[in-house]
Formats: sequence, structure tokens, C-alpha cells
Amino acid sequence: MNRFDYVRAGTVAEAVQAFAGAPDARFIAGGTNLVDLMKYDVERPGRLVDITRLPLTGIEERDGGLRLGALATNADVAYDARVRERYPLLANAILAGASAQLRNAASTGGNLLQRTRCYYFYDTATPCNKREPGSGCPAIGGVSRIHAIFGTSEHCIATHPSDMCVALAALEAVVQVAGPAGERSIPFAEFHRLPGDAPERDTNLAPGEIVVAVDLPARDFGQNVTYLKLRDRLSYAFALVSVAAALELDGGTIRTARLALGGVAHKPWRNARAEALLVGKPAERASFQAAADLVVAEAKPQAGNAFKVELARRAIVRGLEQAAAGTPQSITDKRIQ
Amino acid sequence: MLIESGSPVAADNRIGISLTINGQQRELQVAPWTTLLDLLRERLDLTGTKKGCDHGQCGACTVLVNGTRVNSCLTLAVMKDGAEITTVEGLAGLANDGAGSNGLHPIQAAFIEHDAFQCGYCTPGQLCSSVGLMNEGHAKSRDEIREAMSGNICRCGAYTNIVDAIEDVMQGEAR
Repeated sequence: MNRFDYVRAGTVAEAVQAFAGAPDARFIAGGTNLVDLMKYDVERPGRLVDITRLPLTGIEERDGGLRLGALATNADVAYDARVRERYPLLANAILAGASAQLRNAASTGGNLLQRTRCYYFYDTATPCNKREPGSGCPAIGGVSRIHAIFGTSEHCIATHPSDMCVALAALEAVVQVAGPAGERSIPFAEFHRLPGDAPERDTNLAPGEIVVAVDLPARDFGQNVTYLKLRDRLSYAFALVSVAAALELDGGTIRTARLALGGVAHKPWRNARAEALLVGKPAERASFQAAADLVVAEAKPQAGNAFKVELARRAIVRGLEQAAAGTPQSITDKRIQ
Repeated sequence: MLIESGSPVAADNRIGISLTINGQQRELQVAPWTTLLDLLRERLDLTGTKKGCDHGQCGACTVLVNGTRVNSCLTLAVMKDGAEITTVEGLAGLANDGAGSNGLHPIQAAFIEHDAFQCGYCTPGQLCSSVGLMNEGHAKSRDEIREAMSGNICRCGAYTNIVDAIEDVMQGEAR
């Protein structure tokens, strides 16, 4: 780990101030991703601004929804009685990720800001456009089993590794941020970026901006949700493909559909046309297959991850079936019903 | 309150912190890049806590911070100023009678009873994680215990007996 300056902030204003004029500074909260990246020399901050003492740990009622403080831990959120009852999709997505130890430390804001687990990004002996812009992308044409099949560019095929964010995308959460230019709200779909020609930028946060909260809308989809995660082992592994599905039903007819995929793109992947296609259709397999076909038609896989296209197609169908039946995927009973 | 360590290039930018470790309060000067794991092992000779992967993947470094299990390898000591730390050396002190039977925490006795380890390298982390799991109170069934212990890898494969030991202690507490 490199040597760095340490600043412990007591307020959001102090944190923003401590960042100003230090372009190589990083905010640190749970540290579960940043400290790891520092051990690999992928991150070499000149200054760490410790934000763990900021008053942002609460989970509060707001406008019929919930406001998750940026420092509420992943465990705080997943086990909050209101989250479990009203947003089981979010609770289940969080509990599908990482380990109990990591969830106890990792923060809500940090989960949004975690970096890709692309092997080449982590290996400083190889080029990587995300780590070192312009150096190249060895994952393209290389070992690409865990990489993206949607929204890739010629510069980067990395995925965003979060489970929580896939649920937040489906729920259409809103990210509250503060920075040198004041406070603003960012709809979840606009928070993360596709790689394009600037894969070094994961999000649309401006330099020095800090996430202060994540707002969950009042619309909660009740029990007609699921988080279905498919991976190489049954716990404590990143998703190869995951599906967050949420439906509102009128009897057997779909009134609203939300579908977000994890493990397949640089951000939680949604397809507005597929969601629109489901509206007004009967909540049955034929409808779900049509939507899934529409989603995967846009896939551009590598040789190493072509299997994800069929895996995603089937996961979408199964996820929508689970949501329609109101039988969310169990985190402990791994059988897929 | 704003606390600054000074310039990163300064040779001696250590920061004073206070930690209560296994019930004993310690005033320490630490460099900000010192992990809690390295502080425990290299400075305080509390070598029960093990360094396995050093990247949060194996769980061998699991300790309790304010009663909550975390990976000490991914924790910067300076950020835990004021916290209570419990390592495997302090588990017995958490037991109700101060020492537990044979000077062991019930989970330690249960690990012996159920033969829940072979080489023992992961065991301090497994023990601290087990206590953290019971403090959390979410895992009830055997499947839930298995899922909640997935952050602790055992390359000898003692998982079945580890779950037996945890179940045993949880059932004992419920009686």
C-alpha cells in the first residue's frame, strides 16, 4: 500500500472541503473495495478522507418511500424491518452478495461506487483502459468469462459487480449527492455509465462529489419481485448473470414491469422496450419469453462469455415467472423454483 | 471534528488512536495505512488472528469490532479509533461466567467437541465469525447458518462439523 495523508471529516462540508484541491484524494467508508485495490496498487490515493463519522447512517421514512443514508451498511439495509417487508427485492439482492463480514462493513454509497472485478483491471502488469486510459483492453479477445455482453465498447467490456445496484435500478431509486457545487439528485439509471470512450469513469459523479443518500420510491411492488442470481458457486461469488424482476399485476395481466440484469454490463442493464412489451400482456411464460428474446437480441458477447446470452435469456424468463408467482428466489434454499 | 495526519510524504505522520482490545484499553500511535490485522499481529503480538488471503476473500482474519464481525485485513486501524475489538484471544472473556468451561467460550468448546477443524488455520476466524453470527441473530436454520458462514473458507473442509458446533451452541442458548 502506498503512503497517504489521512483526514477524518466530521461533516459533509468538511469532507467536501478536504477533497478540494487534492485530485488524488479518495473518500473512504467501509473500505472493503478501496483498501483491497490499494493493496494491489490499482488505487494509489494521495489522501484518504474518512467519512465514517458523518451523520449519514440512518434509514428514514420519506415521501412514502425510504431514504437510505449513504453510510448505512449493507447489513443495516438488508435486515431493516421496513426494507424486508416493503422492498424484499432489495434485501434479497444485498444478501445475495459478498459475505456477512463484508456486508457488515460495506456502505450503501460504497456499494454504488465499487469498481469492476475484471482480472485485467486488478493486474497492474497488464494494460487496462479503465485503470490506465489508452493502454488497451486485453479482456477483448482474452479471458472474458465474467465480462459484459451488453453496452460494451471497443475500449472496455468490464461489468459492474454489484447485486444491490441491480435491485436499485429495477426500483428506480434516486441517488442524492453533495459536492463543491452543492446538492443534486441523480436518477439511478443515470448514475452509472457505459464505458464508451472513457471507461475510466464508472459514474456521472463530478470530482469531489459524495453520495449522501439513496432514496427508494414509494412504489414497492410488494411480493411480486425476485432477485435471481446465477454464479459459479452457491454463495460468496459474483454474478455471471442476475435478474431483478418486479411486476404489478391486474389479475393475470401485467400492468407494470421492471427488469434489470446484473453481471452482463458496465451498469445494471435495463431494456425499456422489453419492459414496455410486457405491459398489458398475460403474466405467463410466452410473454416472458418474448421479452427475454428482445433483451438478448442486442447481446454482443465475446468468445469466452457467449454462454451468458442463453443463460440471461433463461434467467429472465425464470425471474419473471418467480415475480409473477410472488415466490422470490430464496437466499438460503438454493434450488431455483 | 477534523483530524489531519499531515503530509503523506512526512516520515512520521502517525496518528494517536484509542482501542479497547479484548477488554484492555490501549493508546496507540499508528500510521494510517496500517490495517487492523497487521496492528494486532505485528505490533500487539495477538497472532491468533490469521492472515490468509489479505484481500477479504477467506475470512481467516475475522474479528469483532463493537460486537460485529468484519475482515480485519480490509480495515484501517486508524478508522476504528474508539472501538472495542475482540479477537480469538478474547472470546473466552465474552462468555457469561467470565471464562466459560475450561477457560473457553462455549463456541470454542463446541468446536473441540464436534471436531470442527483439522489444520486450525481458519479456526480463529471461524470462531469469531460464529460469535458474530450469533450476535446478529438472523441465522436460525442449518441452511441459514451455512449461508451466513460463507465468508469463512476452510480448505480442510470441516464445514459440516463447524455448522454442527454452531447449531449446538445456538440450541444450548435457546434452552
